Amino acid sequence: MITSTPGPSSDLDRQLGDLEAEIERLRRLSREQSIDLAGEIATLDARAEDVRRKIYTNPTPWHVVQLARHPQRPRLLDLVASLFTDVIELHGDRLFRDDPAMLAALARFDGQPVVVIGHNKGKDTKENIARNFGMPYPEGYRKALRAMRVGEKFHYPVIAFVDTPGAFPGDEAEERGQAEAIARNIEEMSRLRTPVIVVITGEGGSGGALAIAVGDLTLMLQYAIYTVISPEGCAAILWHDASKAAQAAEALRLTAKDLQALEIVDEILPEPFGGAHRDPDAAVGAVRAALQRHLPALRETPVEALLERRYAKFRTLGAVETAKI
Amino acid sequence: MLNWLRRPKYRSLQRREMPAGLWAKCPRCTNLIYRKELERNLKVCPKCAYHHRLPAIERLEITLDEDSFAEFDADLTSADPLKFEGYPQKLNEARQKTGRPEAVITGDGTIEGYRTVIGALDFHFMGGSMGSAVGEKVARAAEQARDRRLPLVIFSASGGARMQEGALSLMQLAKTSAAIGRLHDAGLPYLSVMCDPTTGGVTASFAFLGDVVLAEPGALIGFAGRRVIEQTIRRKLPDDFQTAEFCLKKGLLDMVVPRSEMRSTVARLLSFFGAPKVEAVSVEAPARTETPQVAESRSGGSAAEG
Ligand SMILES: [Zn+2]
Repeated sequence: MITSTPGPSSDLDRQLGDLEAEIERLRRLSREQSIDLAGEIATLDARAEDVRRKIYTNPTPWHVVQLARHPQRPRLLDLVASLFTDVIELHGDRLFRDDPAMLAALARFDGQPVVVIGHNKGKDTKENIARNFGMPYPEGYRKALRAMRVGEKFHYPVIAFVDTPGAFPGDEAEERGQAEAIARNIEEMSRLRTPVIVVITGEGGSGGALAIAVGDLTLMLQYAIYTVISPEGCAAILWHDASKAAQAAEALRLTAKDLQALEIVDEILPEPFGGAHRDPDAAVGAVRAALQRHLPALRETPVEALLERRYAKFRTLGAVETAKI
Repeated sequence: MLNWLRRPKYRSLQRREMPAGLWAKCPRCTNLIYRKELERNLKVCPKCAYHHRLPAIERLEITLDEDSFAEFDADLTSADPLKFEGYPQKLNEARQKTGRPEAVITGDGTIEGYRTVIGALDFHFMGGSMGSAVGEKVARAAEQARDRRLPLVIFSASGGARMQEGALSLMQLAKTSAAIGRLHDAGLPYLSVMCDPTTGGVTASFAFLGDVVLAEPGALIGFAGRRVIEQTIRRKLPDDFQTAEFCLKKGLLDMVVPRSEMRSTVARLLSFFGAPKVEAVSVEAPARTETPQVAESRSGGSAAEG
């Protein structure tokens, strides 16, 4: 669910925040003093749900950021378990270690072999610490590339699931060359001789996302985000005020709808009302339907035509003009 | 400044004057250096060897044979696709400050007679950030090199992606890297030189994709910023973290080359990779008054005028 967040917020956010605080107060009161407040709490719950409904009907970009980062949002392993059979996980980059923030696997989709890669965010704190909150080290990108090479060799399509806050700002990630690892993946994916479908499922955080997101088709769940910098980071740099994140979320045009208008995203996959976590099966169903719709044609496209189209897709992105000075 | 070099004849390369003052203070050793001496020394501090940051135009001047440069896409600049608050003003300020429309200059020219396509990013223009125009110009330069079977040399100096262009600026990483990929596929050499500083999105794209990756001494090179790393790992980083020398030790670079030797080193690499050589071009760096014009048809050039 959407919870009240710091920083400037809409009237609806404030109403929701007040209601949630009041509900929490009544619950505590009822617990500590053994008073039956169930009726009052239920009334407030209904009102809070009503406000949430209004928010979901027309979520602001900052609401979408909250949905994309929602702790109960379906994770990569949920998607993989529902979408694929015969899943065989691959491990390690053969150079340094196995990075648990990145998944690489062989699998079948509708019986056909594919290679699956993706950022592996956890569902709880323990999982997230183990998987570095889905922020790969260089060895994660290199593992993904190794798996993509396997796909290329056998002409199995690569399906890449993007859900990361971004590359990891750590000294070891720098020392082991995360910039080079990201650059290498981007370059190699742009000319990988097999179909590549990218699905942005949650947070598409900058270079760490793009490192597995160059493909023939970019699909995006309705309440996922894709951005060059986190709204908090953008606000801190531009306005020296991280609490202006909501404003930055708006300015960055990071929602699926915005990105489709900018031609960065090819297709938006609808989510259930209120977000994927409210009905994970429905969200996964939208991903499955899209893969079923696109894979046959991509499999049959000659590689050279595929590569020409992929090159053109990224080559044309951007907005330039002739200077007036 | 650099007045032992004749001014390039192209209007697009004419530079604004240095700020007044006979003496410059070195930011590293804080010594006062006679400005003329600093300039004669390619803006490397004679006391401590600190390599001052160079505007793109000066980088090209000290790298290319005199009068050999023809610019590509001189008027190309980023639009404001997101209608991002304050962006047009920032662009205008940067244009006023640098006299240039964008944060990169690309074109072709010769280095000790070796013909090459070349680009130089300008940290003085919005931190050398890569928006649509920088990405477009770098990609076009790579395509020019490929189409004309020439090498590509890029001097980078950049804080990373230009966030005022949102995800479109992120897409420039893909656009430039894909163009470099095609250059590699075509069997053409690409030399990347990282200057102070080269960070963020530029490192995560074309800057690290060279056949040979070089850097200037002391250049800051890295993806994430020192402050955010220190906040994340809750430790202080060593002073030399993310310097060119540190990166060399970690295996991320091929060589660190002082500015005084950069031109000859690049020329040597171009020679090694079989770059085409123009006849009758003087190869001596400073005394280049005799250098003849390299007459070429410049299919990618747009604003080179005599
Ligand atoms: Zn000094």
